[in-house]
Amino acid sequence: MKRLALPLKKTDMAGLRAGQEIFLSGKLYTARDAAHKKGIPVNVKGQTVYYVGPTPAKKGSVIGSAGPTTSSRMDKYAPGLIKKGLAAMIGKGKRSKEVRDALLENKAVYFATYGGAGAYLSKRIVSSRTVAYPELGTEAVREIEVKDFPVVVAIDPKGGMIDSMR
Amino acid sequence: MRKIKAKKIEQAVEKLYAKANYNLPKDVEQALKRSVKKETSRIAKNVLNVLIENSDIAKNELIPICQDTGLAIVFAEIGQDVCVVGGDLKEAVNNGVKNAVKKAFLRASVVGDPFDRVNTKDNTPAIIHMDIVPGSKIKISVMAKGAGSENMSALKMLKPSDGMPGVIDFVLETVKNAGPNPCPPIVVGIGVGGNFEKCAYLAKRSLLRRLGTKNPKKNIARLEKTLLDRINKLKIGPSGFGGKTTCLAVNIQTLPCHIASLPVAVNIECHAHRHAEAVI
Repeated sequence: MKRLALPLKKTDMAGLRAGQEIFLSGKLYTARDAAHKKGIPVNVKGQTVYYVGPTPAKKGSVIGSAGPTTSSRMDKYAPGLIKKGLAAMIGKGKRSKEVRDALLENKAVYFATYGGAGAYLSKRIVSSRTVAYPELGTEAVREIEVKDFPVVVAIDPKGGMIDSMR
Repeated sequence: MRKIKAKKIEQAVEKLYAKANYNLPKDVEQALKRSVKKETSRIAKNVLNVLIENSDIAKNELIPICQDTGLAIVFAEIGQDVCVVGGDLKEAVNNGVKNAVKKAFLRASVVGDPFDRVNTKDNTPAIIHMDIVPGSKIKISVMAKGAGSENMSALKMLKPSDGMPGVIDFVLETVKNAGPNPCPPIVVGIGVGGNFEKCAYLAKRSLLRRLGTKNPKKNIARLEKTLLDRINKLKIGPSGFGGKTTCLAVNIQTLPCHIASLPVAVNIECHAHRHAEAVI
């Protein structure tokens, strides 16, 4: 399995191909519906956003269950963020034509991970801190650090995509 | 008349909603294990093994199976010889849900108004379906239903002349449109007949039937098998990464309907098919 560090380097991204399985390690941001609507108040240039709304962390845990949510609900906001330099998104499911076009134009990437494997994926998250909108609870923007977080390249920077994205 | 305290119902709902979120039912786990053996693609096998490991982690380390701990759907079959005492039945159900969210670290995923969208912070109100049945017991089933799969569900009022082929086309179209979104491998609950609201209820209700069992009517059992085979030929695969396992089971329930109608509802459920039952 290929391993890549976050934030992603342009040279690493150029080599990505749809269908590749990758382990990501490093820091990324979490955001979903409510935070996208309000606006993600961090500089997204070169960064990765993971679409997730975790369950509350138990005492002594970094985070609760934390699998991907359906990406298409963020399709309205994604092209704007990609134009601002967002390098990658992690979620599950299809993307709109507008998102696919923005990915191709800006050489960004869309990763999918295992939907409904929140317990498993939470074990790959080593730290978490809220950076914006704590009042949104699960929908707050968090900076998390992942170690060997498994993803599949669903739409690559050259426009290639796995079959179920079509 | 048998008296049952509302508090008992509250405690049962709390326990079942929490249990459903940490313990994948045995039939679902077995269906996932059977699918691993059938898959030939490495990536599909890998996803299925991750899902099996995920349910072990949830159970053993007490981390919810999925972060979307669901809307609580509560089916209460109430014996007609039961009298609920010491409180309001619906309030008891909602208190049970509220307690589970707090004590079992479930995610607050309900908004109080579809437009204002302010989180109620305790997953109330639950969706409650009550039915009066013969007897002096109460059977409670709690389903934790995530929105990823629920959002991909659909209902259509077909023409009677569309018949079974029309139903097959509509189900396949719904599953194909859903693609990777509802976290495949999915379970498909289908309601045919009744009317507009009743077929949607039937579709949800049929999800509670144990996976691998058949509809007692032979022609409907055959339709279940046909649909399962044809859905799996779509090759969406686990997580939508391709493969033979797109669907674990198709459960259909039918009802009489109007001479002019053929209502069909397709309720899609993710592989994290979480539900738990108890009889009081």
